[in-house]
Amino acid sequence: MTILYAGILLGALGLIFGGVLSFASKKFHVEVDERVAQVRECLGGANCGACGYAGCDAFAEAVVKGEAPINGCAPAGEKGVKAIGKIMGQEATAGERLVARVLCQGENGIAKERYQYDGYQSCATAAGLAGGPKDCRFACLGLGDCMDKCAFGAISMKDGIANIDPDKCTACGQCVKACPRSAIKLLPVSAKVIVRCRNSDVARVARTVCMDACIGCGRCKKECQYDAITVENGFARIDPDKCTRCGSCAAVCPCKCITIE
Amino acid sequence: MLTKTFKRGIHPLHNMHEGKGQTRDLKTREYVSDTVVISMAMNIGAPAKPCVKKGDHVDIGQVIGEAQGFMSVPVHASVSGEVVAVDSIPSLGAGNVQAVTIKNDFADTWVELKPLGSVEKVDPSLVVPAIQAAGITGMGGASFPTHVKLTFQAGATCDTIIVNGAECETHLTADYRLMLENSTRIVDGLRAVMRALNVKKGVIGIEDNKPEAITAMINASKGREGVSIRPLKTKYPQGGEKQLIEAITGRQVPSGGLPIAAHVVVLNVGTCAAIADAIIDGKPLISRICTVTGCVRKPANLLLRIGTITEDVIGECGGYSETPGKVVFGGMMTGICIPNDQMPIFKSTNGIVVLNEQQSRSKDESPCIHCGRCVAACPIGLNPYQIKVAADKSDFAAAEKLHVMDCILCGSCAYQCPSRRWLTPSFKYCKDHITAEAKAKAAAAAAAKGGNK
Repeated sequence: MTILYAGILLGALGLIFGGVLSFASKKFHVEVDERVAQVRECLGGANCGACGYAGCDAFAEAVVKGEAPINGCAPAGEKGVKAIGKIMGQEATAGERLVARVLCQGENGIAKERYQYDGYQSCATAAGLAGGPKDCRFACLGLGDCMDKCAFGAISMKDGIANIDPDKCTACGQCVKACPRSAIKLLPVSAKVIVRCRNSDVARVARTVCMDACIGCGRCKKECQYDAITVENGFARIDPDKCTRCGSCAAVCPCKCITIE
Repeated sequence: MLTKTFKRGIHPLHNMHEGKGQTRDLKTREYVSDTVVISMAMNIGAPAKPCVKKGDHVDIGQVIGEAQGFMSVPVHASVSGEVVAVDSIPSLGAGNVQAVTIKNDFADTWVELKPLGSVEKVDPSLVVPAIQAAGITGMGGASFPTHVKLTFQAGATCDTIIVNGAECETHLTADYRLMLENSTRIVDGLRAVMRALNVKKGVIGIEDNKPEAITAMINASKGREGVSIRPLKTKYPQGGEKQLIEAITGRQVPSGGLPIAAHVVVLNVGTCAAIADAIIDGKPLISRICTVTGCVRKPANLLLRIGTITEDVIGECGGYSETPGKVVFGGMMTGICIPNDQMPIFKSTNGIVVLNEQQSRSKDESPCIHCGRCVAACPIGLNPYQIKVAADKSDFAAAEKLHVMDCILCGSCAYQCPSRRWLTPSFKYCKDHITAEAKAKAAAAAAAKGGNK
């Protein structure tokens, strides 16, 4: 008998609450655009904030409302942008995929060490102590502030230099912000020929602080047949639009600071 | 004698007289090197701008760097001779700073000085401008421009001037020697500030491990209106501004506030002596007492000209007695390790401590065992182990909620930690990051405001 009463009571309660809930869900129904969830699915999903919105959810909502550009999510990649374009019924082309590149080759032993740093393992802290443990003021300090920030596990540290895996990098830009030396730049993925130095000091100074420093000699500029290289502020820059990846500049660079992938 | 103190704190090197035994009985002697490199950025705030050029002849006390705005003080030549270079040298912080190198001709010619006369008779309104003109910054280590400290915002009131003679840092005896050898000057400086701010009460706080200094200061302050000596318990960080205020007045500085919020101004004994020199003799700040100790052959208390190069100072002290591992400017607890011994001394360099290789080796940290010793040590009353968890995750918002910005970076927690956790450095990391972020935000807000117009 007791079991029966309990069963009836709970069953009746269940029916009443069920009725109230189903009524409430009809009465207070909020129209949600199903596209928001679909767009959300196509995004990078790391809440990196590179798009300028509070997170992936906020960005997806903004895309559906038409406030944010469809190709605003860098980690989504070309595939993701196409998928979002399909959902939104718009033609969308992702800009060329960017990847973060470390513009420094000053490994331990190549860049001159100013002092031995064994303090707190943070580039920002080390950079604030007598100008950092490397003599070059543009050098990657290799203590891993960018690695800590990378949500995609694309960065590793080797010989006192950050290495970025271009396949894992989604160009969210968190490492660029984290680097106290601004040694990381977002470059198009097709830019395979890169000047890996930003030392704007005069050649004499640059050479004394790092064996691999660009001294701005201009040999690469003379060698380049496509007029893709400019030498400004004491270091060379390559225009990725004009560069044909022929590699003749890297061959003549006396400091070996131009690399080809 | 009744001693006062603050809550919590630690006793570093308690069984070896706080490491001061090597130098505490050594009389201060003067050492002048043949070249000085005078940095233009010796104060918190805007660095001075060099106003001499290569080849110029300068006299002692001549202005070689002009103050840039209110939050800045001029820099003076500390030796007479020829300017051999005006270039940039690495600073102790980020980036390079301008510096003037002067070759000493040992003629010791001074510029014409303009003394203001006795501190009891000087016009009070002339004191603060004279302090700025003399280039005086806090000489206890933080090098905050003294005239800024003595200029209040509207509505702020001050009823007590505290002079910091605690010298709680390990190894350092510079302030102790100054109190013994130049006690009258300290009282003179205090009186000048008291008269300038119209404050009736001046207290000199001294730790009770310096009984001779307490006696000397009591003798010097006899018959001086409103000046009293307050012995303090020997405990670290007794000489911290907030701790000193708590010990002497019983008031607490509110979170994020300055001492003036507790109606107090705190000055170091060295600063007071420099103020007296500036008023009575008209002399700018060109030299300071510096304790050189640790692994040097002849530890000493030296009266050094600002800009003397560390290598010369070590040479004067007989050179290194062992292979040096680290050379620290300031004491062991709060000092900054210098990158090489070509670094010149600053207005705030109260000590040079040389550590051997074994002493300077930093240990790897082990996991926190939640013993709570850091909490028991923190003079501010923070929970260091919790902040460290936030810092390790770079969760700055959480660290800020745990009041990391109130941390004074005294190092008490890290000293006590049985797991050798890197507490203080990680708090500095948080503080630097939060400050930089706030600055960037303010700049962005200012830019947006400008854009709207």
